Amino acid sequence: MATMLTINGEQKSFDAPADMPLLWVLRDILGMTGTKYGCGIAQCGACTVHVEGRPVRSCVLPVGALNGRSITTIEGVAASPAGAKVQKAWLDLEVIQCGYCQSGQIMSAAALLAATPEPSDAEIDVAMSGNICRCGTYVRIREAIRQVATGQKVAPQTLPNEAPNQAAATGQVLSFVRVEGVA
Amino acid sequence: MNVRFDQPLGESQPDNPSRREALKMGGLVVAFLWLGGGAKVLGRAAAQGPVAAGDSAFAPNAFIRVGTDGAVHLVMPSIEMGQGAYSGQATLLAEEMDLGLDQVVVEHAPANRKLYANPLLGDQATGGSTTIRFCWTTLRQAGAAARALLVGAAAAKWKVDPAQCTVARGVIRHETSGRSMGYGEVANAAAQLPVPEKVQEKDAAQFALIGKPLRRVDTAGKVDGSLQFSIDLRVPDMKVATVKACPTFGGKLVAVDDSRARQVPGFVAVLKIDNAVAAVGEHFWAAKQALDALDITWDHGPNAQYSTEQLFKDLAEASKHGTPIPGKAVGNVDGVKGKALEATYQLPLLAHATMEPQNAIVHVRPDGCDIWTGTQVPARCVDVAAKLTGLKPESIVVHNQYMGGGFGRRLFEDPVEQAVAFARQVSYPLKMVWTREEDIAHDRYRPAYYDRIAATLGDDGKPVAWTHRITSGSVLATFAPGAMGKNGMDSDAIECAADVPYEFPNMKVEWVRHDMPEGVHLGWWRGVGPVHNVFVVESFMDELAHAAGKDPLDYRREQLQKNPRALGVLNLAAEKAGWGKGSLPARVGRGVAVAAPFGSYLCVIVEAEVSPQGEVKLRRAVAAVDCGIAVNPNTVAAQVQGGLIFGWTAALYNGITIKHGAVEQHNFNDYRMMRINETPALEVHLVDSKEAPGGIGETGTVMAFPALFNALFAATGVRLRSYPIDRAALVQGPDALKAVITQATDRAAAAKEGMA
Repeated sequence: MATMLTINGEQKSFDAPADMPLLWVLRDILGMTGTKYGCGIAQCGACTVHVEGRPVRSCVLPVGALNGRSITTIEGVAASPAGAKVQKAWLDLEVIQCGYCQSGQIMSAAALLAATPEPSDAEIDVAMSGNICRCGTYVRIREAIRQVATGQKVAPQTLPNEAPNQAAATGQVLSFVRVEGVA
Repeated sequence: MNVRFDQPLGESQPDNPSRREALKMGGLVVAFLWLGGGAKVLGRAAAQGPVAAGDSAFAPNAFIRVGTDGAVHLVMPSIEMGQGAYSGQATLLAEEMDLGLDQVVVEHAPANRKLYANPLLGDQATGGSTTIRFCWTTLRQAGAAARALLVGAAAAKWKVDPAQCTVARGVIRHETSGRSMGYGEVANAAAQLPVPEKVQEKDAAQFALIGKPLRRVDTAGKVDGSLQFSIDLRVPDMKVATVKACPTFGGKLVAVDDSRARQVPGFVAVLKIDNAVAAVGEHFWAAKQALDALDITWDHGPNAQYSTEQLFKDLAEASKHGTPIPGKAVGNVDGVKGKALEATYQLPLLAHATMEPQNAIVHVRPDGCDIWTGTQVPARCVDVAAKLTGLKPESIVVHNQYMGGGFGRRLFEDPVEQAVAFARQVSYPLKMVWTREEDIAHDRYRPAYYDRIAATLGDDGKPVAWTHRITSGSVLATFAPGAMGKNGMDSDAIECAADVPYEFPNMKVEWVRHDMPEGVHLGWWRGVGPVHNVFVVESFMDELAHAAGKDPLDYRREQLQKNPRALGVLNLAAEKAGWGKGSLPARVGRGVAVAAPFGSYLCVIVEAEVSPQGEVKLRRAVAAVDCGIAVNPNTVAAQVQGGLIFGWTAALYNGITIKHGAVEQHNFNDYRMMRINETPALEVHLVDSKEAPGGIGETGTVMAFPALFNALFAATGVRLRSYPIDRAALVQGPDALKAVITQATDRAAAAKEGMA
């Protein structure tokens, strides 16, 4: 049975069993591998995509329930203002370590910021608590979301690789602490 | 230091600094040095061949390729699993070559022990927090030699003194004459020059990249889903398999009825090996549906009645009656008079649970074999494939990939071995992907430990005798049997137990080996030996401080007077955390731990709160770190932050348990991970240091356990000596629940009144 979906703004038609989770349609039929498999039981969030703008776990979402819906994946999230800002903040604060869970983290963060442009720390924790990161990047995820929300630098930033500064501070403790006083 | 590029480092120069540093750095590293392994920074002839980097006119060693178009490809001897190793290694090479990190392309190294072995591990392997320690000299030498050749070629062309030339971002300039040339333009000429015998690395004052929080080289493709892990790869004509191995350790496959599986749309085949079955489909979902539809008969084998209870009973028995192997002896612990304390600590088996489940694509052909996977040990993958297929190692190619977490799991090539065993039965490329359940059930587990530890305190409260007997299985014995001590000692088992930061006048540390039953496999887990020993040592130090009636931080400070770097991080952490200042609410406590794992020095202070019902909440943590020169301080901080959370996750929730010979945990529902809402405010403070770099990737994990457990003691007065945390032991008292219910009832009544 042919299923029609709008994925990242493009119409896609494919044959798949109705009970096949969206995750495997994306990865194994459409070849869109940015969305990851982590647990298969909606516990880790690595498979998070947007359906009509809302974050969902695609590993437990039968594709038959989605006919005609609009899907956004990590490959297309940059098209939204919130998505692009999240990606930039993720790089500026060097959130990423292994990166495997980060597609899902970014999708959850982009959905949060699109709906709630200035989330509190508690709202950040609630929105992001469905996404496991085994590398433990949570501190920086929180900071990066705050950075997007406030538009201010809330923690140490990476330097651009194109033109490294010549001077490095010496003889001082270098502290990785969230900057206080930023709303 | 002078290096001849035609001689292996570490063999011909017994006194080179990297070896000397390594020898100071303790068990795991020293153990592997016994193997006499070593990476050779080989000359040009040997380096050519293994890497196809397109146009690579200039290839002075195994790590650097410069094309005539100026493209610089750097081949990474240590793999990238999230720890920032590619960026660190590229920084060392680019620093000496005067390139920007944006100007280089990094490549996965092929399987080749001769070119890419890590001398600190005796194999082509990434682990033990050794990458920067191993590469600090090797890669800066390689980069400096390449720069000397390229500048030499330009100077010869211009007929000027190379010393008058400068380089910035890969462009060579001769200021006096105003001439300039890119690396690409001299690549061919540089390739004709003899590799220099003497190269001078930069002084620290000249560093343009090292020490800067530069952006990692691998993250751009990780924010848009474009970077592929091996689980994402698709090769032409491949089919997808998922696997179920006998849930009982050491059990065998007897029979499979696949009649229901054959009805699954997209079903391709069922493949069998000795102890496992694979369902193959057109895609993972078909394979998974087919696997679930198989009716499998197992022979559960000799471990069918094995359990966690049995494991700890056996360990306790071995501790009492086994033969201890001496690890460290200072003075004489017997007959020392004073206040005596003793305790027993028990640590569980742990799984790695990398976010990317185990997977590999294997294509076995009559004339060769291709393997696409993410592995910490590429050469070992070739070994197992050669053994299983009978193919020559030269015809087996490992295409290594970025890894979705490693933590030691990918130091074991058993999933690749299994994938080859299935793939050799078919003609098409077979992509094998384990489910999370399979990943948890068939890990190489962090060993369980049983520790008996005792001390005698003198009149001033300081330990005058310290006795520590560790009992465990041995990872080293299977991973690298040749690295075991002549007396049978596993140096990893006592790392950071025999070499504590304190000086005790009388000290005895010993290890009793107790092997797991056949089929129960142990493995390296983030933090290796120290993640166990630092927990026990620093918890017990806390017990001693309280027994001596002293502040636990002051107690440590008194005994670190001869250890300036340890003292430095202790004082820094104390200052930043405000130790001893202000008052804390009831059932909130601060815990401290200090240690020197992997050649670095750390002190971590945790502030934790325990609810009356025994629920634990981390409120705040402060880490002070002296890891010598931080090649990238941002990465160092990230590793400490992430490492702490990795450790706290295990402390709060983890422990693999065995019943009827099989693992009882399945997935993230019952093998829980810490989440963002449980993450405390977390500060990392780095000491500016000129010392050679220490290891960092595992240090946070090592420190996480004792700092948290000491905080729990401070909050509750309850000393926990095992994990995961026993909430029942932390319940305030029988009235605690009653109090909460009363409060809730009062609140409900108040709310009702308010509404009325």
